[in-house]
Amino acid sequence: MAVLRLFLCLMVLTAGAARADALSDLVAHLAGDSFSDREAAVAALGDLGDGRAIPALNALNDGRLYVASDGRVVIGDPGTGDALKASDPVTGSWLDPVPAGLDRIRVNNRLRNGIAEALGKLKLFSPDRADRLVAAREAARHGSADTMATLRHAAEIEADAEVKAAILSSLMTVQVTAGTKTEQLAAIASLAGRMDPEIRGLLGQLADGGTVVEPEVKAAATAAARAIDRRLAILDYAINLFQGLSLGSVLLLAAIGLAITFGVMGVINMAHGEMIMLGAYTTFVTQEAFRRYLPESWFDAYLIVSIPAAFLVAGAVGAALERSVIRFLYGRPLETLLATWGVSLMLQQLVRTVFGAPNKEVSNPSWMSGGFVISGGFTVTWNRLYIILFCALILLALVAVIRRTAFGLHMRAVTQNRGMAAAMGIPTARVDALTFALGSGVAGMAGVALSQIGNVSPNLGTLYIVDSFMVVVFGGVGNLMGTLVGALGLGIINKFLEPVAGAVLGKIVVLIAIILFIQVRPRGLFALKGRAAEL
Amino acid sequence: MSQAISDGPGPAAPVPRLGRAVRRPLGLFSVAGWIVFGVTLIVAAGVIPALTLLPAESPLQIAPYLVPLLGKYVCYAILALALDLIWGYAGILSLGQGAFFGLGGYCMGMYLMRQIGNRGVYGNAELPDFMVFLNWKQLPWTWWGFDAFPFALVMALAVPGLLALVFGWFAFRSRVTGVYFSIITQAMTYALMLAFFRNDMGFGGNNGLTDFKTLLGFEVQAPSTRLALYIISVLTLAMAFLLCRYVTVSKLGRVLLALRDAESRVRFLGYSVTNAKLFVFILSALLSGIAGALYVPQVGIINPSEFSPANSIEVAIWVAVGGRGTLVGAVLGAILVNLGKTWLTAAYPDVWLFLLGALFILVTLVIPYGLIGLAGRLRWRRGRADTDAPDPDLIEGPAPGAVTEINHG
Repeated sequence: MAVLRLFLCLMVLTAGAARADALSDLVAHLAGDSFSDREAAVAALGDLGDGRAIPALNALNDGRLYVASDGRVVIGDPGTGDALKASDPVTGSWLDPVPAGLDRIRVNNRLRNGIAEALGKLKLFSPDRADRLVAAREAARHGSADTMATLRHAAEIEADAEVKAAILSSLMTVQVTAGTKTEQLAAIASLAGRMDPEIRGLLGQLADGGTVVEPEVKAAATAAARAIDRRLAILDYAINLFQGLSLGSVLLLAAIGLAITFGVMGVINMAHGEMIMLGAYTTFVTQEAFRRYLPESWFDAYLIVSIPAAFLVAGAVGAALERSVIRFLYGRPLETLLATWGVSLMLQQLVRTVFGAPNKEVSNPSWMSGGFVISGGFTVTWNRLYIILFCALILLALVAVIRRTAFGLHMRAVTQNRGMAAAMGIPTARVDALTFALGSGVAGMAGVALSQIGNVSPNLGTLYIVDSFMVVVFGGVGNLMGTLVGALGLGIINKFLEPVAGAVLGKIVVLIAIILFIQVRPRGLFALKGRAAEL
Repeated sequence: MSQAISDGPGPAAPVPRLGRAVRRPLGLFSVAGWIVFGVTLIVAAGVIPALTLLPAESPLQIAPYLVPLLGKYVCYAILALALDLIWGYAGILSLGQGAFFGLGGYCMGMYLMRQIGNRGVYGNAELPDFMVFLNWKQLPWTWWGFDAFPFALVMALAVPGLLALVFGWFAFRSRVTGVYFSIITQAMTYALMLAFFRNDMGFGGNNGLTDFKTLLGFEVQAPSTRLALYIISVLTLAMAFLLCRYVTVSKLGRVLLALRDAESRVRFLGYSVTNAKLFVFILSALLSGIAGALYVPQVGIINPSEFSPANSIEVAIWVAVGGRGTLVGAVLGAILVNLGKTWLTAAYPDVWLFLLGALFILVTLVIPYGLIGLAGRLRWRRGRADTDAPDPDLIEGPAPGAVTEINHG
């Protein structure tokens, strides 16, 4: 059989011009008398590297390949009634009339294995690019010495850069185990830059492969495996860092409004979470309005529109809350806490009554879905990235408002010395209302961002309220910088703890750490320095 | 018993009667106070249980199924008393009372779980059902000893007490006060909730502990057991009330009031503010733990949602509605608000949260001293109209200038 196969191969390779003929020839040999003849023909078809052989092999595998009494091989498909329709296996054209005396070509399991292997190789030459890519990646899994030749051949004629890279990568993977010593060394050198866990496993096997593996190869594999480990560790670190930044930016978004209402004004606003929730629902309403009233091509812009909308809605609610409840409670923080808790319950129930209790679906606009892969296992999703940017923008805008505008000046003046500010003609009551509205509005914008990464439900706010307070208290009250450091710090610590302790335990550890931290620095990381014995 | 408070700015509030000679048997109440106390106790612990034993046809009968509900209110009243002691008298708003309540409840729940023995679904005498379900082989060390009732009872006191001791010692020593204390106690109960939700903790995770069968050999579900539990709860409430009364009329109670209104001044006068606060915090945790331990056999379940911060904040509104700084107010508030809750959540479930929210806002804005404070003020006004002179018992509250020192973080 091997001789026959070699002969067939030689025939094919020498007769380059007559490849079409060689193909038809080999297909005709599929009807060989014995299983071993057919097996040889299948293997030769695989080595031939001509994608046109795929239909014939598929048909053989499914038992749809027939031989006619005149020796022609045809693919038979069920036609009308009992009759078969027949087509040419190479060209695919229907044969009319159907050749007489069709006899099914039988296959056994051994032959099926051969067909699968041949098909795997042939798909490397398929006219369809996606097929080739899949085949190239597949080839790495069940490689043997003769896959190497096919892969090399395929790499030579491949025009598409991505497929070619995939083929070469598979070739190297096969070569590591199946190649000669020099080939192995070359392959190890080329694979040392990779990070996939499969390759790491392969190199690991080679590194402790006992006496079978040449010492030189073993040493190279060990070194390469170690290099991969190192890079994987760095990658792990980078992933944690990014996720920590991402979580930190979410925490910052949630807490930044609180940093104004609690930090600057000293008002304990337990309804802060509900301002976030209102922002998220504003996003939902804007989305629905865009869906219903505007052409579909405008849909992606809904998120942009919902940012100012959420700011206005939450800001208006905040201003109303300040005027109707909070202003009567200045200087009584514990009562403020209870009253705003009541407000939060009412707002939740209001939203539940209007929109219903189940989660609302807010979809990402197309420019926010998806992401890009930095390296194996590390995907940066657009929504996370945009949220980090959005968060940075809000922070900068807030700093600008507080530092550079007249309103910011008034705000600081009222915070520092209310009586003096009033004496200088600053309308303190209005400044209070506006400051509170600003803080609430920022919380509303946070809601827009949070609607993109989580569920929008009436109790969205309660998920963030404890965390927000932790961030503000940890960072230091009355200090935006402290809030920034607090949020990012907590986010990153949380994400680095998670792999060690698990998500929930990590969170508990962080909470306990903050509680202990407050004992040491009751005024937070960045405490304002002042003379007040009791702030 | 017009032990009222004065806190923050706002309308003049009644303050404790100082320097007036009232005959107080045992130093707690006036004679009239003792009579009211005794009558209330007899009604709650004697008459009401007797009424439940009447035949169903009788118009005076209290349906037996209401007994656990009443028992629940009584447990809540103990919890409210505990919060009132620390908030109303010492000015420390602890939003972690739910944690102590829950821990006490879990201790009792663990004893009840061990009592199930082999009557569980899996019939495993060694392990509670949920551990069998989780494929655990051994009883975790945290459960050791809970087969014995006295041990469980001691733990229901010791665990909350120890937590309060450690937590309070850290917090009060570094002078964490006001809102900061509220927030970190809230974080504490939140952390406990997250922890108890974990199956790995070995306390039943999400589902908590339930399916109890017997308590000291008595069927938990039996009407007689429930009645007994109710009476025990009422007696415990009465004792807790007397204890709180004893603390608040003592010299320590005066120090607590003083540190609520002017902490620095008390400190400068040489009192140990830290120790006073620590004492009252631990006492309040112990009372909460007892309330939790009594609560669990009556409602038949304990799960991690008892630790949710929202529950602890709700306790504050009970106290605020009744009138903080008055022990009667705390008990009254807990029972009234929960009666309203039971009725409204059944009749108009959507309205309840609106009402609860509105209650939080209105009580803080309109009647900051609660119903008792309101009654006191009305009485004072009437008194003034009659005699055209202020009641000598009732002195003005602190001047608004003192406000900045109060309650401030």
